[in-house]
Order: sequence, then C-alpha cells, then structure tokens
Amino acid sequence: MRDNRRTRLILALLLLTAFTLITLDYRLHGGGFFGSARRVGSAIFGPIERAAADVVRPVRDAIDTLGSVGSQRKKIHELERQVQSLQSQLRQAPFDQHRVEELDRILHVASAGQYELVPAQVIAVGRGDGFEWTATIDAGSRDGITSGLTVLNGDGLVGRVTVVSADTSTVVLAIDPKFNVGVRLPNGAVGVVSGRGRSAMSLQLIDPSVRVAPGTGLVTAGSVNERPFVRGVPVGTVTAVTTPLAGEVQTGSVRPFVDFATLDLVGVVVGPIRTDPRSALLPSPSPAPQPASQPTGPASQPSGPASPSLGPVSQPAGPLSRPTSHG
Amino acid sequence: MGRAVGVAAIAGLVGLAIVIDATVFGPLALPGAPPNLVLLVVTSWALASGPLPGAVLGFLAGLATDIVPPADHLVGRYALVMCIAGYVAGLWREETRDSVPLALLVVAVSVGIGTALYVGSGLVFGELPGSGASALSAALLSVGYDVVLAPFVVPAVLRVARRVAGTRSRQAA
Repeated sequence: MRDNRRTRLILALLLLTAFTLITLDYRLHGGGFFGSARRVGSAIFGPIERAAADVVRPVRDAIDTLGSVGSQRKKIHELERQVQSLQSQLRQAPFDQHRVEELDRILHVASAGQYELVPAQVIAVGRGDGFEWTATIDAGSRDGITSGLTVLNGDGLVGRVTVVSADTSTVVLAIDPKFNVGVRLPNGAVGVVSGRGRSAMSLQLIDPSVRVAPGTGLVTAGSVNERPFVRGVPVGTVTAVTTPLAGEVQTGSVRPFVDFATLDLVGVVVGPIRTDPRSALLPSPSPAPQPASQPTGPASQPSGPASPSLGPVSQPAGPLSRPTSHG
Repeated sequence: MGRAVGVAAIAGLVGLAIVIDATVFGPLALPGAPPNLVLLVVTSWALASGPLPGAVLGFLAGLATDIVPPADHLVGRYALVMCIAGYVAGLWREETRDSVPLALLVVAVSVGIGTALYVGSGLVFGELPGSGASALSAALLSVGYDVVLAPFVVPAVLRVARRVAGTRSRQAA
C-alpha cells in the first residue's frame, strides 16, 4: 500500500473535515461546540501540564541560574540599591496613604487599586511569535475564575482570561496581536494599546488634539462592569511617538511593564474590592500586596507618587488601610 | 491486540509531545517560534507506517493540539496541516526503511511543509500578527529547532513504531 485510491479518498475526507472545523470555529468565534471541546482538552491536559510544570520548573530554574552566574553579582548590587530606594519610599508610604485615602473619598474612586485577586502560577506558555501569545495558569472555575477577567502581576497588566476549566485557565497575553486594551494617560486622555507579538506594543490615541511624550506611564481605562478590564492597572511606558500633523491622531510604541519572557506568578482580578485572603500575592510580609510595587517599572524611577494617574494603583492598601474584616 | 498496542503507543507519544511542547519549549522563550515536537512525532510515525495511517494520525494529533491549552487558534488548523504532513511523510515509507539520513531529510521536509502550511492558513484566516515576514522567520526558526531535535526524536519514534508493527505482523503470521 504505497498510495492508492482509498488512501487518497480518506485524505480528502480528513482535509474536508479539517476545513469544515476551521470554518465552523471561525463562524462561531470559538463558542458553542468548540468552546466545550477546548474545555474538555483543558480538563484533560490541564492537570497533566500542571504536574509536568512542577517537574520542569526546578530544572529550568537551575539551568537559568547556571547561565547567569556572571551577571548575578551585578544584579545583587542593583537589587540592594533598589531595596534602599524602596525602603525610603516605604517610609513615605503612610503619608502617601493618608493623602490617597483623602483623595479617594473626594473622588469616590472606591475601587481603584483595590482588586480582589486570585493568585495563580503560569504552568504552560503558548507557541510564541508568528503564532499566538497565550499562557495556561493553574487556577480555574473552582477558584472563581470566569472568562474575560483581567490578569495582572506585580509589574502590571498581563492579559485576559479566555478559556476556563475546573483547575486551569488560558490567558491571552497583552502582547498577543489580537489583544487590545483601552488605556488612560496621566492627564486623563484615553487611547488604545495593542499587542504586536515580540515587537513593542502600539499606542493609538483617540483625540487628535492630545499629545503624549515618551516616558509617560499608561494604566488601563477600565471597561463597563470591570470586564474584561478593571481600571488603573499599569500597562506600560510610552517609548516612542510619531509627530503627526495638526488634526491627526498621534500613535506610539509602548514598552510593557510586565516581562512576558519570565511570567511566573500572576493574579486574576475576580472582584473590585479586596476581601479574599489569597490576595496577599507577594511573598514578602510587608504590607505591599499585588498592585503595590509598580509605580513605573520598579527601580527605574523611584520618584514615588509622581504621576497622579498611577497614584491610586500604588496605594499599598490592604492590611494597612483597611483591616479586611469582611473576608 | 497488536493494533491496540500501536494505538496506545502513538497516543502516549503524541500526548507526551503535547505536554513537552507546552511546558518545556513554550516557556523557554526561544527566538522565533518554539519547536513543534508533535509535528515531529507525527511525521516520524507516518514514515514507519505509511500515508494512510500518517494522514489519520496527523488529523487526530492536530485536532488534539488545536484544543489543548494554551491553544487559542481556530480549531482544525493543525488538524489540516498535520494531516497533510503525515500523508507526505508516509509516502516515503519504502524508501526510508534502510536509510536514517533519508528518513531525517523526509521528516525535515515534511515538518517544513507543515509549518509553512500553518503560517499560510494563519494568513488566510487572519490569525497572523502584523507582518507575514516576521511570522515566516519565526516559522523558519521553528523548523530549524525541529531539524536539530530530529536526530534524537525520529530514530526513537521509528524504533517504537517498527517494534509495534513487528509484533503485529508476527501475530498475523
């Protein structure tokens, strides 16, 4: 049996089936039958990938460590400096805290920065570049995750949940070419940031009269009912901008705060108010839970509450401000 | 019995490849797209068992790749691509029986065809990022990784496939 009529017939049938599947999925936008098929795949392979990740991670970490021995010393030095600057910031924190609370009361921005988070570990990463930018996390519907929730980490916006199974979920990363998010500038203007794979993210402003300078920090503008995006999550820094003619909309490049190559621990925002004890995402005992450490990409700009729009996010909140009694 | 062993063996190999792709190669963040171990296993197995089993295996393994997390592309794209790659590799069953270098070459070409078709289908269904050129270079790198992995994966899969086939023919005799 090298290649006969029956083989070709079956090949043709299989190809036809594949085409039909693609067309149907295209029409249904991943819903219906395909949604449940993905959930089944997720339910079967999620736990396996989870177990495999547990085995693989220590090995990968060990290899990473070996590869970077040379740069360790420099890094330690840098971290020591960072600790110092953060400590000085921390001493400043109660004052900022008070000020932020006052502002909050005035502005009725009750929800800013006070996300209820479910922490999760990234256990698998999708085939990058040319293809798609996704990750699997080890939290699912049992942990209260539903499709469309915001995912962030200590640095800022990570992505958005798409497929959810009992114990795992798939996250579309912010650098995925299909990913768009509305952002707010410090001056209140809005724009749209889109993922472009391995290239820098792109920024498009809405209002032609607004101009933005490189170095500006961007936070999410938030969506209706906080889905898919809660407001105030740091997205990235503007790195380059175009100089459009008068009346034209300005565009630019954005460097995300999150390092997508080393995604590890993330938080899924499951509610606007922090009540869940699992929200203490960071291992440090200091009162600096999830959204605390990110004013603008840690050490680069230790100028504290310089940018007003990033202010509410940097609110250490939680344990300090309100002893979350209703948890 | 022999057939059941064969099905179990290849299902295990494909499952293993899917898990390794997602948990080892994905997070490595290599330049370009990561290697595609599933495609490698499919073409190797097809080489040992012929065009029809190759096409069927490619379709099923592709379908699994399409729905297992963290996949988020249109269901059926990998099924289509791997079906063709499996068929093409399977056509060379007789020629590659005694020549490992030729087997490696056929696998490399089939993987190349499969990856090119995947990028092409992405183009058709609008699932590629900005430029086709960057996708193409990513795909080339992916094929390159697969070629590097092939000398380790292909002989191993061929050995398993032929051993399974051997027990089957012995039972038939």
